[in-house]
Amino acid sequence: MTVKVLNQGLLTSVQDLGRYGSQKYGVIVSGAMDKYSLRVANLLVGNPEKEGVLEITLLGTSLQFEKDALIAITGGDLLATINNEKASTWRPILVRKGSVLQFQSPLKGCRAYIAFAGGIAVPEVMGSKSTYLRAEIGGFKGRALQKEDVLEFGEMNEFSTSLFHKLEKSSEDFTWAVNYDALINLQQTQTIRVIRGTEFDRFDDESKKNLFNEPYTLTTQADRMGYRMEGRPLSLAKEFEMLSEGVTQGTIQVPPNGQPIILMADRQTTGGYPKIGQIISADLPSMAQLQPTAKIYFKEVSLEEAEMELLKKEQIINEIKIGIRFKELY
Amino acid sequence: MSDCFTETIMKPLGDSALIVQLGEGISPSIHQKVQALSRLLNTHPFDGFIESVPAFNNMTIHYNPAVVYRTQRNNYSPLTPFQVVCAKVNELVQYVDETQSMETRVVEIPVLYGGEYGPDLDYVASYHQISAEEVIRLHTQGDCLVYMLGFAPGFPFVGGMDERIATPRRETPRLAIAPGSVGIAGKQTGVYPVETPGGWQIIGRTPLDLFRPDLTPPTLLQAGDKIKFVQISPEEYQAYKEKKK
Repeated sequence: MTVKVLNQGLLTSVQDLGRYGSQKYGVIVSGAMDKYSLRVANLLVGNPEKEGVLEITLLGTSLQFEKDALIAITGGDLLATINNEKASTWRPILVRKGSVLQFQSPLKGCRAYIAFAGGIAVPEVMGSKSTYLRAEIGGFKGRALQKEDVLEFGEMNEFSTSLFHKLEKSSEDFTWAVNYDALINLQQTQTIRVIRGTEFDRFDDESKKNLFNEPYTLTTQADRMGYRMEGRPLSLAKEFEMLSEGVTQGTIQVPPNGQPIILMADRQTTGGYPKIGQIISADLPSMAQLQPTAKIYFKEVSLEEAEMELLKKEQIINEIKIGIRFKELY
Repeated sequence: MSDCFTETIMKPLGDSALIVQLGEGISPSIHQKVQALSRLLNTHPFDGFIESVPAFNNMTIHYNPAVVYRTQRNNYSPLTPFQVVCAKVNELVQYVDETQSMETRVVEIPVLYGGEYGPDLDYVASYHQISAEEVIRLHTQGDCLVYMLGFAPGFPFVGGMDERIATPRRETPRLAIAPGSVGIAGKQTGVYPVETPGGWQIIGRTPLDLFRPDLTPPTLLQAGDKIKFVQISPEEYQAYKEKKK
């Protein structure tokens, strides 16, 4: 099956769970900003969790299907329509040949994901299908999608095929859908949990207090690489020399102007700014769904809590996985 | 072996990575330890290990806490994922000093200095009140060690350049620096693998590709390599470029 891009929208790219194993070469991880939505989208169409999907940003993307296709749309609610009727999300759907899928406007959240049964047929580069925009590798020809691009899909497995036939016979969407409330938060004012960063103790007392008591706003300088935040400036108790060292998604680093930057999927592999905090993995997908001007409060949690929250979310995804298999049986 | 049994400092970098500190400052001996730990981790990875990223005096270890948790639960261990990884890494650190250091690879990097490709060569010369030829001589005679890669794919953080040509960064960074550009920033020298903005003083350009995503490994240089810069003529530069096509 194939799909033609009628309009690329703000930014549409192929992403999977990320390109790991090459950070020591300075090769960034990339991958979906909201990994929970990516994983669930794949599970819904019977793909392996890490398969490449399309990441849609805010609005404008429009795709035409050149064959019947089994897909799932997850992530933020960007008012997806199929032939101008609201599309069902967070469940497997059958899109008929000739149909046009459009993302009209961001009602809730910032990024939507489309998984196609069989996956997107693009070659893996360094073990991943993710698009590394700056180095122009991976994904679809190393770049964001453009008008007139045609995407090909892989072979459907047995499970995908059986879902496909079920939907084909009934001519109606499934009545069930995955409840994402326990996985991601699409609110534009929310509390994000943070553990202390490696240089937390280097900051002055007021900054340590401000980080966890004052709101920080997402500026318009927010993209896949990182979010520049605006709020009470944060400052070191005493200047010190920092050497570049490893960073990761969710690292909150503070450049000399005192306004924190949160590193996201396309972050560099290393950084030289002091790290005041680290967003817990369980809250990163919610972070990925924030739009510019969103307001967040950071709440301090312990490392143990962060680990527990992460394990809880893994448990939820596991239950969703089992649930989907179960639904398919009956 | 002096500090073999002192407790290694390990700091959590969030819930899915940690930083192992192996010394302070920048020195070839600490770098050896980082390299040794890197090799040990690759030959003895623990369950849930994803990858390690070496830096000047520490190493970041990325892991999957859910996999670590599953493994330790099967072993009836009461430890948290971070504690499990700390214990594993601590075990390996004990062997760091005993690990044979690998033979150092010397990578020659041909450079066309000055002119259109090295617009800041004359500035660096005048900054130190020496001739451009002297800058080139000192740059090609450096004992340069690649401590780590970062910032961009294949971008080496290099120490050991002759300090007589150490020059501060440009006050206004350039918006685009061509791939292959060889620059100086403070005591560091390096080569830009891909086009990026940057504030380094650009003194020349190499015709070699530092980032080659279709090869394994995908970068010309790796942490632990020594670099030997070699001056080439415009004709030799062209010949390299022709050969690549």
